[in-house]
Amino acid sequence: MSDESVLPLARPMIGVSGKTGSWRLQRPLYDSSKCIKCRLCWLYCPDSTIDINEGSADFITINYDYCKGCGICSNVCPTKAITMAPEG
Amino acid sequence: MGVALKTLTGNYAVATAVKLARVNVISAYPITPQTTIVEKLAEMVELGELKADMIRVESEHSALAAVYGAASGGARAFTATSSHGLLYMHEMLWWVAGSRIPVVMAVVTRTIGPPWNIWTDHSDVMDQRDTGWLITFTENNQETLDETIKLFRITEDERVFLPGIVTLDAFILSHTTEPVDVPDQSLVDAFLPPRKQPYVFRAGEPIIMGNIPRDLKWNMMMREDIDKAMERAKKVIEEADLLWGKLVGRRYGGLTECYRCEDAKHFIIGVGAWVGDMREAVDYLREKLGLRVGLIKIRYFRPFPREDIIKWLNNAMSAVVFDRSVSPSAGGPIFVEVLASLASAGVRTPVRGVIAGLAGVDVTPEDIANAVLTSVSEAEELGTFKQSVLWFYGGE
Repeated sequence: MSDESVLPLARPMIGVSGKTGSWRLQRPLYDSSKCIKCRLCWLYCPDSTIDINEGSADFITINYDYCKGCGICSNVCPTKAITMAPEG
Repeated sequence: MGVALKTLTGNYAVATAVKLARVNVISAYPITPQTTIVEKLAEMVELGELKADMIRVESEHSALAAVYGAASGGARAFTATSSHGLLYMHEMLWWVAGSRIPVVMAVVTRTIGPPWNIWTDHSDVMDQRDTGWLITFTENNQETLDETIKLFRITEDERVFLPGIVTLDAFILSHTTEPVDVPDQSLVDAFLPPRKQPYVFRAGEPIIMGNIPRDLKWNMMMREDIDKAMERAKKVIEEADLLWGKLVGRRYGGLTECYRCEDAKHFIIGVGAWVGDMREAVDYLREKLGLRVGLIKIRYFRPFPREDIIKWLNNAMSAVVFDRSVSPSAGGPIFVEVLASLASAGVRTPVRGVIAGLAGVDVTPEDIANAVLTSVSEAEELGTFKQSVLWFYGGE
């Protein structure tokens, strides 16, 4: 990067705005028995809060520290392996 | 010298310059009178003469967005537009300048409607003056070609890192054929270093551009930095003129050229194609009427040549600024900035702003000479102008 200019640049980092999971009104719940490992939830999650676990019994892990509960993963899941439940 | 004389329209001169600059990505949306620039470039790409990607888009806003994306990724990129197309792009001009990504664009200056009009005036490009783009006006097709090539070097200089616009007047240059010296590819390669830019977006190296800063002062500092870079560009433009002059034997001066100014007491100031008519008016006023009149041709409107204006007008008796656009109730933009420059240095030379040639209304060398003659007589008699801004339609 140039030393001459003042630039509108930032580097992405985890949790720069705090743990956004506290914003959640609904919680995505994962049922590994219905999962067909299609990765659509991982692809669609707008906050990258879904990790893939190759070779594990639970194919995905949802990071509840940052998941805002938007429900997109549940919506795109073709087998309803992810369902939304109200937060307590 | 490695040059070959060709007959080129202004638009083909731009296309030729873009090819010689080895541009990687071109995107544009057709609009009269710009269209033949990208038509010619599309032909060059199709024939394999230019190895570039041509991105077809659905609007000018998208054209500049596509070019901006390509340039952010490290490509030398180009677009061209006119009039309403340029206004539609306006938001993206701020994004490109604000992110400090070098891009070159040709603007074939054309009137803005309503009513519909395809002829030249400078309203479209003057609407972009606060965006942070360099803006150069050209007088003939040779200068259009030379300045387009130079603009790649200037905008990609680390002291600048700002995008730039090269303008040519609709039809008067864009569709008029003139002899143009086309330099050898080897000369252009020697002149243009490999592309530099402040940062490059690369897969696997995530960076964020344009996020809301935590401290608003950073936001303001970025705007100030554009202001400083624009000032630094003045020297870079002069260096480019010198180097290009050494390579091809053509020098234009840096931000301005002064024609027959040595002993001038009265000055004409103008930009773009009608500077050629102003030269004729100066010759006439000097040779037939014995008036000591000089002509300041503003080559770069951004950065504005404040120092040159002060230097030339410091001891002058009067100046007449011709504007081909107007900011209603404020006068022509060049007139306003000439006055501000002089005021900043305490120079009290009387200046008249003549608004003429809007909407493509023809202004001849005789018209210019007449307007200047009236002003010179008034300045010599009264030492001031009774009316500082005049709307001038030419003719008898």
